[in-house]
Order: sequence, then structure tokens, then C-alpha cells
Amino acid sequence: MFTVKKGRLAAIAAVAVGAVVALAGCASGDPLGAGSTASGDSKTLVVGSQDYYSNEIIAEIYAQALEANGVTVDRQFRIGQREVYLPEITGGKIDVFPEYTGSLLQALDKKAAGGTADETYAELKKTLPSGLSVLDQAAATDQNSWTVTQAFAKKYNLTDIASLKKVTEPITVGGNSELETRPYGPTALKEKYGIETAGFKPVEDGGGPLTVKALVQGDIQLANIYTASPNIKSDNLVALTDPDGLFFPDNVVPVVSKKVDDKTAAVLNKVSAALSAENLVSLNSESVNDQKSAKAIAADWLKQAALF
Amino acid sequence: MNIFGDALNWIIDPANYSGPGAIPMRLLEHLGFTFLTLLVASAIAIPFGFVIGHTGRGRGLAVTTSGGLRAIPTLGLLTLVALWIGIGLGAPYVALTVLAIPPILAGAYTGFEAIDRGAIDAARAVGMSEVQILTQVEIPLGLPLLIGGLRSAALQVVATATLAAYVADFGLGRYLFSGLKTRDYAQMLGGSILVILLALALEGIFATIQRVVVPRGVASTRLLVDRARPARPRPGMEPAITKGNP
Amino acid sequence: MNWVWANLDLIRDRTLDHLILSVPPIILSFVIALPLGWLANRYRLSRGVILTVSGLLYAIPSFPMFIVLPALVGTTLRSPLNLVIALTIYGVALMVRVVADGLASVDADVQRSAVAVGFSTWTNFWQVELPLSGPVLLAGLRVVAVSTVSLATVGAVIGAQSLGSLFTDGFQRGIQAEIITGIVATVLLALLLDGALVAVGRLALPWTRARKSVRAAARLRLPVEVTP
Repeated sequence: MFTVKKGRLAAIAAVAVGAVVALAGCASGDPLGAGSTASGDSKTLVVGSQDYYSNEIIAEIYAQALEANGVTVDRQFRIGQREVYLPEITGGKIDVFPEYTGSLLQALDKKAAGGTADETYAELKKTLPSGLSVLDQAAATDQNSWTVTQAFAKKYNLTDIASLKKVTEPITVGGNSELETRPYGPTALKEKYGIETAGFKPVEDGGGPLTVKALVQGDIQLANIYTASPNIKSDNLVALTDPDGLFFPDNVVPVVSKKVDDKTAAVLNKVSAALSAENLVSLNSESVNDQKSAKAIAADWLKQAALF
Repeated sequence: MNIFGDALNWIIDPANYSGPGAIPMRLLEHLGFTFLTLLVASAIAIPFGFVIGHTGRGRGLAVTTSGGLRAIPTLGLLTLVALWIGIGLGAPYVALTVLAIPPILAGAYTGFEAIDRGAIDAARAVGMSEVQILTQVEIPLGLPLLIGGLRSAALQVVATATLAAYVADFGLGRYLFSGLKTRDYAQMLGGSILVILLALALEGIFATIQRVVVPRGVASTRLLVDRARPARPRPGMEPAITKGNP
Repeated sequence: MNWVWANLDLIRDRTLDHLILSVPPIILSFVIALPLGWLANRYRLSRGVILTVSGLLYAIPSFPMFIVLPALVGTTLRSPLNLVIALTIYGVALMVRVVADGLASVDADVQRSAVAVGFSTWTNFWQVELPLSGPVLLAGLRVVAVSTVSLATVGAVIGAQSLGSLFTDGFQRGIQAEIITGIVATVLLALLLDGALVAVGRLALPWTRARKSVRAAARLRLPVEVTP
């Protein structure tokens, strides 16, 4: 009796241990296994993306464009915010990553000067750590903005950021939690323009639907919403103009490692040349309003642009 | 372990003890949230648990329901409810109340089930009414396990309440999110350590309460009851404690 | 439902990611908790130490744990290994107590008989204690499975892909169907693993099936034969 039982238990224990070993093998061989990766294989390029749906679409466009040109791609998408993935890019674990010129520059150098789109791009090129480079920037931008509702803008006759000083009611600010300490955050509003804000409400959706909802419902009065957000149009929002360059221009640009050769770079440059600002807004709209997957959106866009 | 030194420095830095978002304020927010969530969850779960425990009916349903609730990921519920009702504390309250119900419910009815049938039969034999049996026998005797359920619920809520900062300017989770997103590891770790300390403090408090509420007459069997251990392995019996399922 | 049909491949990929994150911790926690639980049950001193430490580990909230762990073990923040280790720690913390209690619930008379017929500690453990505490261990492991599957979703917040990614993505894009899909898939996966454990339990503990009446008897605290 006992021996039968023992046999059974032993068999199950063996299966269990086998499963652990197998799954552990999967886990370490899994593409997400940051440290490991397929870097040893020189023909595979790792394409990464931020944990932001719009960035994923651009990364997917890069990936499909590369695949159309015979490059094997390992997709490592949605890997958090810049603070999480930047060390991995600089560590050479990711080969292609869609970035935004100004935000990346500010992340690399807190004292960066910024300026026009071209000035920012040139400065970024100089600031990048060795081993990394940026290819051509696209006309498409997705930059930070201070955004209010149309009704609020009308009430106080708001046009640019400085005009917020005219607002007489308390202004509560909303956005991702990191906004609070960004160089263009509430502190900058106070120091640069003397605009007092009445508090900060974090919403971790990257200026997404919940932030918009809070703005429309009046829970917050001022939000950081990206300019390529389709909500600006659909929810009657106004992105305040920024004549003083509080926000750096954020043109879409691929950051690449040394593994990206000239031929591959040409493919990505072709994509960047075709990607307009309007394009990006409508790509985002397809994701948010039509609920299409990044894969489908990217495929459609590449087909329409007829690049390859 | 330099990074832990930084985190400890962050915790004791006087600059973090004044102004908006000061550590004492975040701690209080976190505690208040935990307390209120437990209160609401108890108001829902305890009556049900007592009815199930007293009548012995609906146990299967309760096990299935709380098993299902336990499997619901809190992060999913939180984001979903937030999309419905907007930013603020509404969504975290809903999500965490759902999280807190299963252990409290389980604590309430297993508390009754663990009571020696002889004690209840004796109570009935001496002429106690059902209400008297409930209030004078079952509830006091079942209390240690109920407190045990509350204890594990409190632990889960205090731990998972960090996620409230995903949609609200609230609690210790704020330090984790803003630290995570700005690579301020000292703040992130410091905040984490505070949450852990708070959880441990609550553990201690509940362990003490659990010891105190044991009726004097059954103190001798306390060890057994404390560990929620049946005299024999009872198939289908689940441990009263479970990890939070954010 | 439209969203579901249009994104079946995404759901499949995230489910696989989720399995890879949650199955190893469930198995590992059982394997690791077994000797620890035995030790805790065997000696008074080790019982205090092991149960206190596991209680403390258990009190660590998951989100901070995912953040603190990489600093300790040197994994990257979003590495699956980091999550597997964290989830294993929770599983072990929960299972150790269950194992200790399960072993302690084995009838002392049976143990004494085993010793009397000449069983060594080793054979006594494998042939008497482990099979007899099987039902309790299984119940504990089922709880570990469900909570591990549920906990793994939190990894999405720090950038580790799982079914939890459907929450963060749906949240950003305002797609409720995506979040609901994530919740349902997580619950189904938890139930699936739970069911698998029940099946494994039937194979490993065949006598428990035929013991419904025994179970009822146990509840009434009637003396029953322990060996089937």
C-alpha cells in the first residue's frame, strides 16, 4: 500500500520538478528576461517601447518596417517609463527605441538648453552616451502641454501658459506622478510665471481618459496632456501655447545602438520622413477610439504610406 | 547596501516631515483608508459569515464566492472602476473592499465551525434561545478566528492600498509611484519600508487583540484555536490567511 | 466581445507570460516549504524562528516587494526572474505554516506505530507524514495558486508583461473591454490552476476521494480509521 503511494508521489514530484525546470528555462530564455536577450545573435534587433500606447504603435511601425526589409526583430514593448528603460538602452540591451527629442534630452541632462526642434535635436545628439545615436527626427511630435477645457479657457481668456496668471479660482493640476518634479511641472509654473497652483492630483494614465475625465468634470483645472492625444479634439480641450519654450519640442526620433547599420538606419529614416504630426494624432485616435491593436494600426499605416 | 542607507536617510530626513505630502500625513491617510475599508467590508461580510456559520447553510456558496473574489486582481478592478467614476478615492475603496471581504467572511464562519458541537448542544440543552446561542456562545467562541480573518484582511488592505496612488493623491503609495517614475530610489525604497513597517505594526496589534479576546474558559485550548487547526486534516479546509490579490 | 475577438493573439501572449510568471512560484514554494515546514514542526526552536520569519515576509506588500527585491538580488526591475522570486517568497511564507500545521495534524498514534515498526525519520516523512497531511497541503497550495496568479498582475505596474498589462493598457486607452478581459482571464487562469491542483491531488491522494463519509465523520469529530 505504502509503496504504491510512494511511487505515485515520487512520480508527481518528478513531474513537478520537471515542470519547474522547463518553466524556469522558459523564463530565462524569455525575451523579456532583460539581462539575457538575443544580443548574441547579430541578426536580431531588439525593438523596445515605452509603457504608452502611442509609443508602442511607433515601435510596432519600426518593427514591421524592419521586418519588411529582412531584419529579424525581437519586440520588447511596454517596458515602463523612461526611468525604467533608459538604463537598459544605455546598457545596450535594446537596439531600437522610439523616443521624443526634448524629453529624452531633459532626462539625460537636467540643465539642457532646449530651443527649437532642430536645436533640441542637435543638442540631444551631443548629449547621448557613447554607443547610442539618434537617426533622423520625424515631423511628428508628441510633446507635453498644459491643457485646459475650452470653457475654462474662454472664461479667463486663456491663450498661452503665462495667461494662467489671470485665473482667479484655485487651479488643481493633474497628470502622471512624475509631472510633479519635472522641470516644466507646477514648480516651474510658479518660479517662471508666478502662477500659484492649488494642489496636485496624480493620475497614472499618461494624460489618458481618466485625466481627461477629471479635467472635463472639474476635478482638476490644468492637465499635462500630450499634444498628439486625440482627446484634445474630441473633448474640446485647449493646449495652451508655449511661446517661451517651457516644454522642449518632442519630435519622434529612433534611438539606436551600434548594431543598427547604415542599411537598417535608412529604413527607419524613411519611416521618420513619412511620419507627420497629423499622422500621429490619427494613429492614436485609431487606438483609443477605434480600439484597434498596435499591430493592425502599424500595418495599415505602412500600407498606406507605401514605403516598402 | 548603499541604496538602503539612502532610503533610511530619506525616512529620517526632516524635510519629509512638513508641508504637503509629509510622511505623517501619508501614514495617517493610509491608516484611515485601511480602517474605513475594513469597516465597510466587515459590515458586509460578518453578518453573512455569522448566518452561514450558525445555520451551516450556504457554506459551499460562500467558499466558491470568496474563492472567486480572491482571484479578482485588485489592479484590474481598480482601473475599471476608476474609468467609471473618475479620479479620487472611490475606485480604491471599491476595489479594496472586494479584496477584504473573503478573509473576513471566512474568519466569521470558520470561527463558528471550529466550535465544539458539544458546547452548542449543551447551550441548547440548558434552554438557550437561538439568539442567545449566537450571541453568548458562538460569537465569543468564534471571535479568535474572526479576528484572525480581520487580521489578514487588514494586512492585505494596508499592503494593497499603495495602489490607490494610481488614481488619487493618497497614501504611502505616492512615494512608490513618484519614486519609481523619477528613478528616486531612496524615496521609493523609503516609502516601501514605511508600508512594510505599518503592516508589521498592524500585525502586532492584531496578534495582541487576538490573544486578548479569547474567552477565559477556552484559554487552555487557545493554541489550537489560534492556529485554526482542526483535530484532523479536514479536506477542503483552507487556511484563514491568504495573500492580498492586487 | 468585439475587442476580445480582435485581440485574441494579444490575450494569448499575455496569458502565456502570466503562466511563466505564476507557475514556477507555485511549484517552487511547495518544494521549498516542505523541508522548512518539516523543520518548523519538528523542533520547537526552529518552529518559532521559521514561522515568525515567514509571517514577516508575508507582511511585505507586493508592490514595494517588486521594487525592493531588484536592489537586493541584482535583477533588473522588469525582469521576470524578479517577479518569480517575489511570488515564490509569498508562496513559501504561506506554505510553510500550512506544511507545519499539516504535519502536526498527523495522528500521534500513527506516528508512534510507524516508529515502532522501524521506520526511519526519512521514511516516516515520505510514507506516513506527507501522505497523511496531503489534504491539508493541497488546500494550502490551492490558496497559494490563486493568490499567486492574482498577484502577478501587479508586475504590470513596473513594466513586467502579464495579464495585468491589459489593465494598464486599457486604462491608458480607456478601453473597458480590455480591462474586463484581463480580469476574467486572470480569474479563469486562477481557477484553471486550482482545478489542475485538485486533479493532481486526486492522483496523489486517491484515498481522499472515497472518503466523503469519513470527511463528514471528521467534522463531527468521530474517531475514524486514518489508513484507507
